[in-house]
Amino acid sequence: MFHSITPDEEQDMLKTIGVSSFEDLLVEVPRNIRVKGLLDLPPPQSELELRRRLKILANQNINADNTVCFLGAGAYDHSIPAIIPALASRSEFTTAYTPYQAERSQGLLQTIYEFQSMICGLTGHEVANASLYDGASALAEAALTAMRITKREQIVVSGTIHPHYRGVLKTYLTSVGKIIEIPHANGVTNLKGVKDAINGNTAAVMLQSPNFYGCLEELSAGIQIAHDHKSLAVVSIDPIALGLLKPPSEFGANITIGEGQGLGNPLSYGGPYVGFFATRKEYVRQIPGRLVGRTIDTQGRRGFCLTLQTREQHIRRDRATSNICTNQALIALRSTIYLAVMGKHGLRAVAEQCLKKAHYTYQQLCNIPGVAPAFPHSFFKEFVVKLPCSPATVNQELLHAGIIGGLDLGSYDPALTNHMLISVTEKRTRDEIDRLVDTIARHIKSA
Amino acid sequence: MIEPTIFELSREGRPGYLLPPLDVPDTPVEELLDPKVIRTPLHLPEVSEFQIVRHFTRLSQATFGIDQGFYPLGSCTMKYNPKINDEIANLPGFAHLHPLQSPGQSQGVLQLIYDLEELLKEIAGLDRISLQPTAGAQAEFAAMLMVRSYHQQQSGNTRTKVLIPDSAHGTNPASAILAGYKIEVVKSGPDGLVDINDLKRLVDTDCAALMLTNPNTLGLFEREIVKISEIVHAAGVQLYLDGANLNALVGMAKPGDMGFDVVHFNLHKTFSTPHGGGGPGAGALGVKSHLEPYLPAPTVERQDNRYILDTDRPQSIGRVATFYGNIGILVRAFTYISRLGHTGLRAVSRLAIVNANYIRKRLENHYHIPYNRPCLHECVVSAKDFKSNGVHAWDIAKRLLDYEFYAPTVNFPLIVEEALMIEPTETEPKASLDAFCDAMIAIANEASSAPDLVKNAPHTLAVSRIDEVTAIRQLDLREAP
Ligand SMILES: Cc1ncc(COP(=O)(O)O)c(C=O)c1O
Repeated sequence: MFHSITPDEEQDMLKTIGVSSFEDLLVEVPRNIRVKGLLDLPPPQSELELRRRLKILANQNINADNTVCFLGAGAYDHSIPAIIPALASRSEFTTAYTPYQAERSQGLLQTIYEFQSMICGLTGHEVANASLYDGASALAEAALTAMRITKREQIVVSGTIHPHYRGVLKTYLTSVGKIIEIPHANGVTNLKGVKDAINGNTAAVMLQSPNFYGCLEELSAGIQIAHDHKSLAVVSIDPIALGLLKPPSEFGANITIGEGQGLGNPLSYGGPYVGFFATRKEYVRQIPGRLVGRTIDTQGRRGFCLTLQTREQHIRRDRATSNICTNQALIALRSTIYLAVMGKHGLRAVAEQCLKKAHYTYQQLCNIPGVAPAFPHSFFKEFVVKLPCSPATVNQELLHAGIIGGLDLGSYDPALTNHMLISVTEKRTRDEIDRLVDTIARHIKSA
Repeated sequence: MIEPTIFELSREGRPGYLLPPLDVPDTPVEELLDPKVIRTPLHLPEVSEFQIVRHFTRLSQATFGIDQGFYPLGSCTMKYNPKINDEIANLPGFAHLHPLQSPGQSQGVLQLIYDLEELLKEIAGLDRISLQPTAGAQAEFAAMLMVRSYHQQQSGNTRTKVLIPDSAHGTNPASAILAGYKIEVVKSGPDGLVDINDLKRLVDTDCAALMLTNPNTLGLFEREIVKISEIVHAAGVQLYLDGANLNALVGMAKPGDMGFDVVHFNLHKTFSTPHGGGGPGAGALGVKSHLEPYLPAPTVERQDNRYILDTDRPQSIGRVATFYGNIGILVRAFTYISRLGHTGLRAVSRLAIVNANYIRKRLENHYHIPYNRPCLHECVVSAKDFKSNGVHAWDIAKRLLDYEFYAPTVNFPLIVEEALMIEPTETEPKASLDAFCDAMIAIANEASSAPDLVKNAPHTLAVSRIDEVTAIRQLDLREAP
């Protein structure tokens, strides 16, 4: 057990409180709703037992640590530098909470300020918040922010945005907004569709690049359509790609959001991840989430604190810019350490290796008779190929070869039956890629 | 000591992280991408690994967590976070599992989610749990959408209002608004509990839900909970529990037995997953069976001893998270509950309650305590008596930092003037409760005898009082290139 009060101390304390038994403290809890006896739960278990039991459960999962992972689609098997877990597991960080008392939380506040700075550095924006739950909720919060800024309520969403992000967006806007979704045109945004759908009530046009299919979007064209109608342009991006690609802000994006998992965070079956949100300074009072500012103490020394809190739920309640309270601070910290350790040159190198390895994989796969490229667009670390057979059976074969294959797109879009989305990070070696290609080639030949 | 920022430590020319040599053809980037989309400057620091280690180690030393000292932040349940939780979550089979791997490859984690749901159902007395919400606030929002769907289904009408007591946490109104509801505030009575007459006045068939916190944010149990449940249910209103304070009830009383239809609880609080400097947490969302069809999708189901993800849930409110929620946090909560078991959990609420009352009693002759009677897991004291000396609750919080404690929650709940909300949790030793009470009493004396000492606190830290007004007037939110 983890409590520290001994039975004797407890008796002393009850005496100080002025009651003769613990029961006397429960006078306001009606007896008929109290639990009689113990909950129907297992008895306490020692660490030894738990370790044994939970290792068995953990070992039932095939994972990217003992298997080669070519699966992406919003969660990526990038390498994690050793110093990230070493530093982020320091218990001053892990066992703190939101830094409400600035003077005793300067270190944590500074890490958040550095996170904001790095996200601004990556995205080319002037403001970034302290984190949101994940990429999908960041997209939803961007839609809500755009609605507040423009006082409009319709959102035009490209069908090339991750389907789960679109799902979360739909949930968030259930009763407060309208969504028009534009189906993709051959793997990229149907710009004509966007043009036809946008109107004077459109708060934002939402794009993703590289998109769900891995394709790079024509951002300037899409953003221009939004601006022609005084709508905001929101772009979801992969932060690793920003090591190499111009940020959407250079094409005029008003808000850039994304998922930070790839920045030194384990796959962890989908979470905890971290959403980031960056925009222009003029919108700062409309953005969701916590913000840390640099300021001074009473003696003029540099210090940090939470700032612009009047946007937040604990002050503004029903008129807050968001309901978020607990965020993803520790994952933001990990991402900050990742960006520090990669640095200017390291992030570029990671991005280049992703690009080159993905292109090598793509070419090798497309050389297999029966395998065809799906979309004629440039891509970064993910791409779609059309197979002459079911991706599910290919994936079974790959698993026998120690490989987690790509995503079967047929279950997301019937038009993409037999299409597979493959992700290649800097972690993949030529051997692993060749094994993927050989296994698929052999399978196709034998089928 | 002022630690430079990571950008100030940067020097041009320091190499980045070393990758293995490229082992595929080194096609120039310009041949693979349109040169128009390739970026030039990248505003990131150039620092050595050793400098980074020192930098973040120093920043950690300028951070306060519960492992260093007492952290009585009310409503946040800052209890000890067992280290075994982290060890288990870091097992490769949990940490390196891709969310889109087939259920066949993920049976272990799906079973853990399923089993955690079973444990929480028993703890809360509910029929079904979704572990997808990433925090309490997201669970609140999901719950209000579910209530909306439920009313729509029942009567073709979503109803328009949600009732929320004036003592409620800010996320409650913010979440209900996002679900499209108008807020009506229910007054607290002189006993700090929901004013039943005000509730009766407000309840009608246009109300979708009452969002109640129990024990409430004063740490007081809503004595009339059964009656409240009857009043709202008679009008078809759904009863929602903000279960942030479940630490007071665990093993002692079940929300499901009190009449709640839908409940959220914060796994990072009651189930000790740690708080991570502000997150990540996880918000479990539990319901009675009539609301089950509306839970976020996908759900985890067991079929013939196999675990599957069920996406075919036509009445679901949809997804709230990109994947299935904060799994790493769920693993920790599961580990914690399993470690404590039935007897351990029972001791949690008992000692949390004893500790809070002990503090209340020790402070009652030194601070005004607005609702001074047995509380549950936290107590709220007021600093209003010191206002005449210019000392506010905020100042007392700052002075506590000099005594090497973190501060309670300040100025919340809103119904208490100059509130200091103190939650000791069950894990705190008696000696540290005593030291904290001694410090609070010493500060109360200082507030009378030497108010400036308190008003200008802290005096012993690397920085003095931070100027939050300047922070807003001269916004500096990032290190610019
Ligand atoms: C009473 C109460 N309700 C709701 C919340 C919101 O939970 P979370 O921060 O997990 O979103 C909190 C916590 O901060 C709380 O104290």
